[in-house]
Formats: sequence, C-alpha cells, structure tokens
Amino acid sequence: MPDVIYLDNNATTAVAPEVREAMLPFLTDLYGNPSSIHTFGGQVMKHVDRAREQVADLLGCHPTEVIFTSCGTESDSTAITSALACWPERRHVITSRVEHPAVLNLCQALATGAHGRPVCRVTQVPVNAAGEFDLPAFGDALDDDTAVVSVMWANNETGVLFPVEDVGALCRDRGIVFHTDAIQAVGKVPMNVADLPIDMLSLSGHKLHAPKGVGALYVQRGTRFSPMMIGGHQEQNRRGGTESVPLIVALGKAAELAKANLEKENTQVRALRDRLERKLLAAAPDARVNGRTDLRLPNTTNISFEYVEGEAILLMLDQYGICASSGSACTTGSLEPSHVLRAMGVPFTAAHGSIRFSLSVYNTQKEMDRVVEVLPPIIRRLREISPFGREGSPAVETIGS
Amino acid sequence: MWDYTEKVREHFLHPKHAGEIENPDLDATVGNITCGDALRLMVKLDDAGRIADARFQTFGCASAIASSDALIDLIMGKTVEEAEAITNDDIAEYLDGLPEAKMHCSVMGMEALQKAIARYRHKPFTLEDEGKIVCRCFGVTDKLIEKIVREHNLHTVDQVTHFTKAGGGCRGCHREIMKIIERMHGSSPEHAAKVRQRQEPMTNLERIRRIQQIIEDDIRPMLQADGGDLELVDIDGRHVKVALRGHCAWCRAKDFTLKGAVEDRLRELVDPEIVVDDVGGRLPDDTPAPKGRHA
Repeated sequence: MPDVIYLDNNATTAVAPEVREAMLPFLTDLYGNPSSIHTFGGQVMKHVDRAREQVADLLGCHPTEVIFTSCGTESDSTAITSALACWPERRHVITSRVEHPAVLNLCQALATGAHGRPVCRVTQVPVNAAGEFDLPAFGDALDDDTAVVSVMWANNETGVLFPVEDVGALCRDRGIVFHTDAIQAVGKVPMNVADLPIDMLSLSGHKLHAPKGVGALYVQRGTRFSPMMIGGHQEQNRRGGTESVPLIVALGKAAELAKANLEKENTQVRALRDRLERKLLAAAPDARVNGRTDLRLPNTTNISFEYVEGEAILLMLDQYGICASSGSACTTGSLEPSHVLRAMGVPFTAAHGSIRFSLSVYNTQKEMDRVVEVLPPIIRRLREISPFGREGSPAVETIGS
Repeated sequence: MWDYTEKVREHFLHPKHAGEIENPDLDATVGNITCGDALRLMVKLDDAGRIADARFQTFGCASAIASSDALIDLIMGKTVEEAEAITNDDIAEYLDGLPEAKMHCSVMGMEALQKAIARYRHKPFTLEDEGKIVCRCFGVTDKLIEKIVREHNLHTVDQVTHFTKAGGGCRGCHREIMKIIERMHGSSPEHAAKVRQRQEPMTNLERIRRIQQIIEDDIRPMLQADGGDLELVDIDGRHVKVALRGHCAWCRAKDFTLKGAVEDRLRELVDPEIVVDDVGGRLPDDTPAPKGRHA
C-alpha cells in the first residue's frame, strides 16, 4: 500500500496529535463522572467547562450557549425537533434541496410520518446551476405557519456557501427559529455567531480533527428549547446522558486548534486547492468545476470529468493511495447520482464523473503534484475504454426506447 | 467501499479486451450515459464462424468494466450459437462473484451479447425492446423484469433493483414491480398445483410429508442462496419446529425470515393454521441441562 494522500476531509479528518494527547488522560486516570460530589470525579468537570469555552471561542458565543452532543446528526435532529416541539401551532419546516441527509431525511420522515403521523409539511428551497441558494424563492416560502428554517452554511459536496445572514434576517423579521448546519463551515469560515441572526447551529468534531462520536449544538440565549435526549440534568437539562469527557475534551482542543488554523485554511489550504483545480482543468479536457468558485469553502473542489464514471476513477486513484470521493451513483449503491448535483441541474454525463477533493492543513504541495501527475492519465485511460466522448461515437440507444 | 473480488479488480485495472474493431461482424450498444453505464460490444468471426476477436468499450464503474472484459474471455473461440448460451450468472461466476447491488453490470454484459447476436441474425432484439416500460428512470421493461425474476427466483423489489436497476430512481414503480413478482411466483404451474393440493383434506402423515417436501424443495434452496439454511427439528400437528442455520442463525432479520419466508409459505401451500418456531437456540426439552448452566 503506497503512502496515503488523504483528500477526503469533508468526509472525515485525521485526529490531530495535540487532540489525541489532550484526551488521553481521560481514558486512563481521569475517568471520574463530572457530576460526582467527590473530588476525584468533580475535578473532571472543569475540563468539560474548559472545552465548552474553547468551542464558544471558535464560534464567537457565550459558553452557556454550547450543548455537547454525540455527533452532527444529533445536533441537527435536536434543533429541528426542538423548534417543532416549542411551536406546536406552527407546522411548516423550510430547508434546501441540497442539505445533508441528516436534515433532508429527517424532514422527509417528519413530513411523511415515517415514525407515526405526519408532523409537518416541508418546503425545500431550490438552488441554481451554480449551487447558490434561491433567496427570493425562500422569501416566498416563509409563512406564518413556519416553525423552523434549517439551511446549511456550506455545502459538503461543492463547498458553496449559503447566505445564512440574509436567511437569518428574514427569519428574525417574522420571529421564526433559524437553524444552520455549519458542520462543513466551522473551522474554515471565520464566524462570530453572537452578531448573526442565527438561533441554532450544528457542528461536528470529526470534521475538525477531533474523533468521531462528538458534536455540539449552539443555542442562542433566549431561544425556546426542548431537549431530544431526556434523562439527567447534564448540559443544563438540555441533553441527558453522562458527558463523554474524553471526546468533549478532544472537541475543545480541536476547536482551539481550528481557531488557530483559520487563517491557514484561508491562505495555505486555499492556495493548494486553487492550484490543484487549475492544473487538473488544464490537463484534462472536458472537465468542469461544479458550483460557483468564488463564494466557497477554501478546502473543497468538485470537478466533473465527462464521459467517465466516478467509481472507476476513485478505484484507480486508490491504487496510488489517493483518497477522494464522488457524486457518482455507483459509489453508494444507489442508482442515481448525488442529490446535490441533480438539484443544480448538472447533466447526468457530468454528474456520474464528479470527483470531490477536500483538503486539510495537513496536505502538502508535493501531494497535490502527485495527484496532478496521476489523475490525467487515469481519465485518458478510462476515456479510451468509454464508448462516449470522441468523434464517431456510436449513436447511443436507450434501453426500452 | 465495495468488496470486489481479486478477479474483478484484475479485470478492471488491466482489461485485456478494451478497444475497437473495424468492421465488426457483430456490434451492439446497450445502456446509456444518463443511466450511468453503457457497453458497446464488437465481435469479429473467423471463416469457420468462431469468435476470433472481440472488443468492448464501457462507460461505467469498476464492475461494469470487469464484467465486459469477463464476457469477452467467456465468448472467445466459441461459435455464435455457443456464445448465445452465456448468461449473466456465468459472467458473475467467472469473476468469483459480484456484490448483489452490482449484478446489473453482469446483466448489461448478457444484454449486449444477446442484442449483438440478434442483430447479426437480422432479427429484432426482443428482450428489452418489447414490452411495456415499468421503470421510467432507467427504461426497464416488464419483459426484462419478468425474465430476471424467473431466472433468479427473486422475491423483493430490492433484488430486482440490484439486478436490473428498475426501481432505483424515483421509486414510483415499486408497486408495479411487486405486482410482477407476485404474478411470476403466483402463476407458475407448480405453484398452482401446490395451492390446489392444499384445498384437499389431508391426514397427519400427508401433512408431515408435504411440510418436509416444501422445506426441502422451496425454502432451503431460497435460504441457502443467501448463505443461510434451516433444519427441520420436529412437527407436532400444525406446530413446525425448525432451527435456523448459517447466516440465518444470527441474521437480524431472522424473525422476518421465519414468519415471512417459512411460515407464510407453509400456510399458503399446506395449511393456513401452521405455526413455525425457531428452536435452534434452545435445547430440546428432554435433553438434560449441562452442569453449571442456569435453567
């Protein structure tokens, strides 16, 4: 197995060495329960408090506004179900067509009554061909029945940023709760949520170089809240369950590192990404970037290579230890390509051949050079095998036509 | 990550037969770029009518490319008549198996071959061109679904999707696919005969024999196909005691298998009052409990 070149950081990230160090004592000696009255357990609580401050510092909020959860999905679920529980007379949820399944499938389940009676109706706001959120359509969808709006800050597949400030302002005008899934944005986009019209915000540890199994939900002071996990008094009665101290400490440390690396993400990582993208587009004809390229995460590029299929590209890259992902249908076992690319109206020919590279501060120029060296010949090779994309290609007949 | 066999990886990374042939004797393309996979098969015959050379061009994932290459390995040197007998199972077997969700890749290989042969004989290609489109997303007809359900003894919509892609898009045709499955399994002559038999009164001995026979002929092969198995432990009147084995013994869907696949089938074909229980995890009543074990 060659050395791994890891370019799939929107899927998950490596645990930072500093993070691993910070959490280790809580897996060995400091195993006490932070709620205990004795010194041995109670001393652990101040580390949980410290982690809460670190996360609050990254987001730009007060520590009491941070609730620790087990993952980003739990944060999303808590936010949306809380708003519906707190506003029982309002039965409308607005989201976008390109949300992560954590939001999309939850809303669908609530709307279809997958777990009982339908709870609400759902509007999915469309995006345009550049992956931009349709703000006028969103404005039209808002009504007095709307309980909560959940719109992501940055899209995980394309990296395109959404106008959360404008969306939040429209919600504020009508007194509607606004939640944003900021799982991809936190640590990459500078933010000061105290100054923004955002009521709730989800983040996930393992996208920030903390381990899997920890997340957080920001709930702005004054926002009505109803817990999803009911149990003990932990997290000020907002999330029952004994605190996972090692993971919470890890998330705290990861948040501190993320804040320190924020500038690097937007200079060094952005430069690596831009150069990789430019070189790949120059070396491979019939390639295009999906989504607008200016307002986007600094670490993400989503490139479609026409006439070839994404899974085949990924498995050939895998031979060189290069890790990326694809919006192709075949990579997931579903038969349709990514819902994000379809919502953008990317042609099927391009959607099947889409490859996402997502970088981190640990990537190097040398690694980018390797990708630029290896990928164009793979595309050429697969295009040689493909019946499409050259002069004299056969007229393609559709099954059943 | 797909769990591909070494053979799939080998044929994907180093296909021997990718390319084009000028003026091929047989030539057909199936699938299309919007569906996510397509295969063009070109074949050259020698003077004796044997396949002297064959090439493929494939747009698709690793298993689609590997299936195309395997297909050509299988048909090389054969006559058109011999090649015609090759099925998608032969392709999958040659590759030491494909993940079930990728079986449609082997079906695409078989379709390309059959279409190429039909064209060579100047016959209309009937497998996919005839019939009514059931799945609009992937353009799959009732004829193809019927054929695959029959050949592979499929029982669920998911299985049909894995083999043909039908139902994998908007899901609007799931009811229609279910109806085809019911029609196919409900209308076979053996099935009709078995249901007819049920109408007649039977003795205890007959009932036991029939239960044994259905378990052996129908139920065990179906479970074995998924890596499971079942053992008949006892029949007490209408109470059938079985032990699930293999994958079935620890499968999370085992209650569903027991009630859905075993009990429903026996009720349908033997007696509507049959109750099936899994006694596999328990010791028979007359076996003394081993020492130290709590009752």
